[in-house]
Amino acid sequence: MELFRNTNIDFLGKKWYFLAFSLIFSVAGLLSIFFWHGIPLGVEFRGGTLVYVKFAQTPDLDKVRQAMDRAGLKNPRIQRFGPVSANEVLIDLGLQETSEAALDRGKNAIIQALQTQNASNEGKQDLNNSGTPTLEQYLLQKDPLHLGTDAATQYHTIAQKIEDFRNKERGGVLSSVDDLRGVVPPEVVNALKEGFYTSDFVVRNVEIVGPQVGGQLRHQAIMATLYSLAGMLVYLWFRFEMIYGVGAVVACFHDTIITVGFFSLLNKEISLTVIAAILTLIGYSMNDTIVVFDRIRENIKLLRREPLADIVNKSINQTLSRTILTSGLTFLTVLSLYLFGGEVLRGFSLALVIGILIGTYSSIAVAAPMLVAYQDWRARRTGEAVARSMSSPRNKAREKVKVKA
Amino acid sequence: MNKNLLAKTILIIAVLIAFLFGIFGIPGSLSGKGLLAALQSRIHLGLDLKGGTHLILQVQVNDAINADTDRAVERLKDALKSGNIAFGEISKPDPQNHPELIQIKGVPPESSSELRRIVSEKLPDYDLGSGAESSWTVTMKPSVANDTKKKAVQQAIETIRNRIDQLGVSEPVIQEHGLGDYQILVQLPGVDDPARVKEIMQSTAMLEIRQAVNGPYPSEQAAMQANGGVLPPDTVLMKGSALHPQSGEENTEVYWLISRSSAVSGGDLRTADSGHDENGRPDVNFTLTGDGGRRFAAFTGSHVGDKLAVVLDNRVKSVATIQEQIHDQGRITGSFSPQETQDLALTLRSGALPAGIKYLQEVTVGPSLGSDSIRQGVRAAIIGMIAVMVFMLFYYRAAGINADLGLFLNLVILLGFLGFTGATLTLPGIAGVILTVGMGVDSNVLIFERIREELRHGKTPPSAVDQGFAHAWVTIVDTHVTTIVSAIILFLFGTGPVRGFAVTLSFGLAANLFTSVFVSRVIFESILNRHQRGEALSI
Repeated sequence: MELFRNTNIDFLGKKWYFLAFSLIFSVAGLLSIFFWHGIPLGVEFRGGTLVYVKFAQTPDLDKVRQAMDRAGLKNPRIQRFGPVSANEVLIDLGLQETSEAALDRGKNAIIQALQTQNASNEGKQDLNNSGTPTLEQYLLQKDPLHLGTDAATQYHTIAQKIEDFRNKERGGVLSSVDDLRGVVPPEVVNALKEGFYTSDFVVRNVEIVGPQVGGQLRHQAIMATLYSLAGMLVYLWFRFEMIYGVGAVVACFHDTIITVGFFSLLNKEISLTVIAAILTLIGYSMNDTIVVFDRIRENIKLLRREPLADIVNKSINQTLSRTILTSGLTFLTVLSLYLFGGEVLRGFSLALVIGILIGTYSSIAVAAPMLVAYQDWRARRTGEAVARSMSSPRNKAREKVKVKA
Repeated sequence: MNKNLLAKTILIIAVLIAFLFGIFGIPGSLSGKGLLAALQSRIHLGLDLKGGTHLILQVQVNDAINADTDRAVERLKDALKSGNIAFGEISKPDPQNHPELIQIKGVPPESSSELRRIVSEKLPDYDLGSGAESSWTVTMKPSVANDTKKKAVQQAIETIRNRIDQLGVSEPVIQEHGLGDYQILVQLPGVDDPARVKEIMQSTAMLEIRQAVNGPYPSEQAAMQANGGVLPPDTVLMKGSALHPQSGEENTEVYWLISRSSAVSGGDLRTADSGHDENGRPDVNFTLTGDGGRRFAAFTGSHVGDKLAVVLDNRVKSVATIQEQIHDQGRITGSFSPQETQDLALTLRSGALPAGIKYLQEVTVGPSLGSDSIRQGVRAAIIGMIAVMVFMLFYYRAAGINADLGLFLNLVILLGFLGFTGATLTLPGIAGVILTVGMGVDSNVLIFERIREELRHGKTPPSAVDQGFAHAWVTIVDTHVTTIVSAIILFLFGTGPVRGFAVTLSFGLAANLFTSVFVSRVIFESILNRHQRGEALSI
């Protein structure tokens, strides 16, 4: 089977459409960055307290909000996380409730506020929010099975069993201590009932970032992106020629701007993993561009008489099948990641989904036309004088082409 | 099959077996369960997959500098006194921002050469300079200050590691973090409520035994009044708690007049254990080292009948009268819960922190989220991989099998790498695996498309394969280098999950060079070997 056999599309002839397309998306993104949503930063970059809570039933967001108000927490952002059926809520306190002097104050306040919603269980501990060590110590003290010498290891196993059951079978929330019947011996269940109750929620994930780390990570993310682009520029300069490096880096920069712009337009947060995705995209888009560039270089040697624009067109067409296939397959994998990879990776995979489309587009529509535009511009400006003065054997063939173009 | 091809095939099978060993080790049984258990013991999961706590904390290194300059101030005062040099005041003008700076006021000009001599003799780590209004400054040398800060971080790491080890957290990570900001990264797998661990890590646990000169007083004013408004030389007023004389209630604030110097301190401890006193109240018993014991014996021998205070983090914990000379044992009583005495004994055993610490970041992943993430990540990976494999078969027919074999081997090598090196697999790391599948197949596509092109130009299958590989090779190297450059930068800048992503991505790409170029070529050659001359290649 074969798609795209012997295509002969005049890509360069459509450069004004490409330019318009790129401009629309970049400008829309930039407008959103500067005048609308800004760059929505993830908690790692802006600092703050995020608590992800999973409830046993579909939670009433108003009730959650009231509980936060009663606890005196300022402007919490409360929103559903993931599909409604997941019963998950994200509570975001922002930096004003997060200080480095008492980093987890906000988190503790949230948990307390949620626990006091059903305060009929005074003096008991919350089974849903207790870890193995707590259970183990409690059981060791109560010793419901009257175990002898290896009580510690036995109760450890039982505590782990309880946790595993709660986390793997029940998605983290038990609706009552009696759920454990059949999982652990009845004596243990009875002993647990004396000291534990089950709240209707479990804390799934907590992220607390103080202002100092936030600033540091912001700086690092920007530096990493710039270093990455610079590294590529140097490598391409070394492997090809300066203008190829510049073309590829401009294309990557274009991809980065559009991807970040998309996140801004959609008001999705840029987290640390999204930055990782963007850096990967830089590598990927570079990949795509290099494949085309490699073919251009090869064809310049073969087809000395043809104008550069034709060579570029031909090269893009020759590699088109590969470009579409690879991008299509990679797109398939990241789409699978986006659809099935879960909520934690949603931002990451979204960046990849957008970026792979844009990255593929940019290597055809931005990087390659830039080469031709540059040669045209140089030919107009300096005429034949420069062409003659450049005498390195590697450049000679291309210079001839340039003059003609 | 010719000899060369046979050797290559054997090499490939050897690699396959080696990396399968990397993934599974030698499994207990070959059943699905046995293999899964073997896999779990070989592949280290990151915190985001198995649940746990990730903390970044900062050592307040100025504390360590302040401690050093405090001692220097004392030494300076003693030296000037014994050298009969008059001085007005020796103080630290700005301990918060300039802990390294000491100011001496009121030294008469005729004593300046004497002062110079004393500073260079007694304080070799300090520079003497002249300050404003005929005062002098004594500054810690920058190199010494730097050393002190670095040492404080190292010692903090050691102390924290000791404490966490004793808590029984398995496979903790405690290491310096970031670039020169005195930060420490602590990862505690399986700890989903970090409150107690944080408490224990943070407690400086500075233990001292000092003489209790007088007290207790119910308030600060009462203490000052009792001493005529001026504290006796070389004493300080310290807070402590005591049983209320009337109500018998615990935790009443009282003040003690405590000597400035300590008889023994935390560094002199050999062991510390929690226990109970004769009334059944929780306490901490400790024994001293040989040297500490000798000093303690000398001190208690000469102070029989005086009072002794156990001071923890600048707070009086308990006071007792010295009945007789004590050699190397002691006890800390007070209003403790059993848990508190256990934690106190633990922190005392592990040594004091050289400086306070501040928490900068705390991420806790609950175990239920971790197992959900594994399930979803693996599911996405399998679906993505199957989709790619099916497409390759469909599009390239027999050559698709070649690519799929390569893809499979790529995955084995990647996981084997993780098993061999002990690198951690994180959730973004799983995404890296998926991405490697997508990008790995790129090399195959490049080669296959090139071979098809060469075939279209009328080349024979063997020369088309030859040319295809030769032309695509240059491009493949370029594309791999650029992606690995971005992965390395990610590794250098990222932490935790992001690092895991960089690791799987670079391992995967390196493995891909082997599978899509070398392995794929061997498969093509063995097919061509069996081909009749002129028979078409299925691609």
